[in-house]
Amino acid sequence: MSYSAFRIFKEAITGHKGWKPVWRKPEPQLNYDIIIVGGGGHGLATAHYLASKFDKKRIAVLEKGWIGGGNVGRNTTIIRSNYLLNDNEGFYEFSLKLWEGLEQDVNYNAMVSQRGVLNLYHSDPQRDAYVRRGNAMILNGADAKLLKADAVRSLYPFLNFDDARFPIMGGLLQPRGGTVRHDAVAWGYAHAADKRGVDIIENCEVTGFDIQNGCCVGVETSRGYIGASKIGVAVAGNSSRVMAMAGIRLPIESHVLQAFVSEGLKPLLDGVITYGAGHFYVSQSDKGGLVFGGDIDGYNTYAQRGNLPVVEDVCEGGMSLMPMIGKARILRMWGGNVDMSMDGSPIIDKTDIKGLYFNGGWCYGGFKATPASGYSFAHLLATDTPHDTAKAYRMDRFTRGLMIDEKGMGAQPNLH
Amino acid sequence: MIINHPTLGPRDSAEFTYLGDAALLRRPNPKSETALDDFYSYQYLRDNPAGEHRELWYHEQGDRSWLVVTRNTVTHDITKVEFARDVKQAMIEKAIIKRAKS
Repeated sequence: MSYSAFRIFKEAITGHKGWKPVWRKPEPQLNYDIIIVGGGGHGLATAHYLASKFDKKRIAVLEKGWIGGGNVGRNTTIIRSNYLLNDNEGFYEFSLKLWEGLEQDVNYNAMVSQRGVLNLYHSDPQRDAYVRRGNAMILNGADAKLLKADAVRSLYPFLNFDDARFPIMGGLLQPRGGTVRHDAVAWGYAHAADKRGVDIIENCEVTGFDIQNGCCVGVETSRGYIGASKIGVAVAGNSSRVMAMAGIRLPIESHVLQAFVSEGLKPLLDGVITYGAGHFYVSQSDKGGLVFGGDIDGYNTYAQRGNLPVVEDVCEGGMSLMPMIGKARILRMWGGNVDMSMDGSPIIDKTDIKGLYFNGGWCYGGFKATPASGYSFAHLLATDTPHDTAKAYRMDRFTRGLMIDEKGMGAQPNLH
Repeated sequence: MIINHPTLGPRDSAEFTYLGDAALLRRPNPKSETALDDFYSYQYLRDNPAGEHRELWYHEQGDRSWLVVTRNTVTHDITKVEFARDVKQAMIEKAIIKRAKS
């Protein structure tokens, strides 16, 4: 089934009887060429690019729950490529370019909206750091614009510009950044992968790896044994648990990141704003709710809910940046489990076990990386060599001292 | 979360800062032949279990003690709170007895 304006018109005059499920519900086969463990955004994107760009056949995606029930449906929907380090910026810019063509590629409306991401600065040194970051972005082919306070004021007059402690002096704007309807990303990739014959098998939990002579040849699942010559694991949030079944310890801790939505308001915020003096970022959804979040809770957890001190911290950040937010009520809040890697950057690499590949460690920034992560992981699975933009995301970079310290911290700020 | 401090009683977790797995108390021997690998594992690799987890919390806004808290990472239930210095002391004594026996 494909989607088009003509199709909508046709269905409208025939009583909407022709719509079919977006993907099939196949029974698992006995073996596949490639199995992707984890039917989140990254796993589905990997399957899609394996089938469409690398011409691979006989692919299955195994998901323990349902498609779109993990972090791809729990994030704050922001896409951007405003990183400083070359190892990151090239990758995230590649991702942003894939976002720009995503809807045509997967034939699904993911509501990609390049409404601009604005990082505010509040001091001279912070401005200098943003100038440097903006230049690094431009050098890597991304777009960046430094705005002075007046320009920010004309965009968002309601911000707390004249705060005594943290006045808003300006901001670094990435006009091509924005938001995407996150669930539709999962559904879109599932739709496109399914159309190319990928089996998306839900309610199928991997319970063990079949490793013979240092070679992974299949997985035990809650729906029986499935063999495969290559197995890619993309289960960020639960990476340590899944890889432990293959006897691999990872440089990762699982933490919870909380997000919030306010009640629906009239349109007031047409872009994404991040506060430079506290951990707070906000955008407005098309339904009118303010979508915002802050920092991770900061302790190991697998519970998909957080604790109140971080709720207070995020709300204080919001009040400090845009005091009028205090009149809005919080409608919903939730948490998602994230892989906090020890340097704050992801891993896309082979493992010491032949045929077993790993993708994880996305920290609190996995959503924006979805297309590039899928593409790079597909590249690695198909060709056994890393994609050009993901060469630095090696598992062994910690032993070799080649950490990618974008923020100078990982799970904790004391590791470097 | 409420952490039941051994001397100060129940305290809000917001008073504490978190360091991570209490296995960090067991620093590898720098003179060992495998020191390089040992320190890599010590510094970067984690068990990261779902379920019971012994972990280090620092009472920064209180008496500045280090605690070993046994907490469930799925339910957030805290079942045991000890002073890290007591845990470390017990580890040292155990190691001395083991060495004396061998």
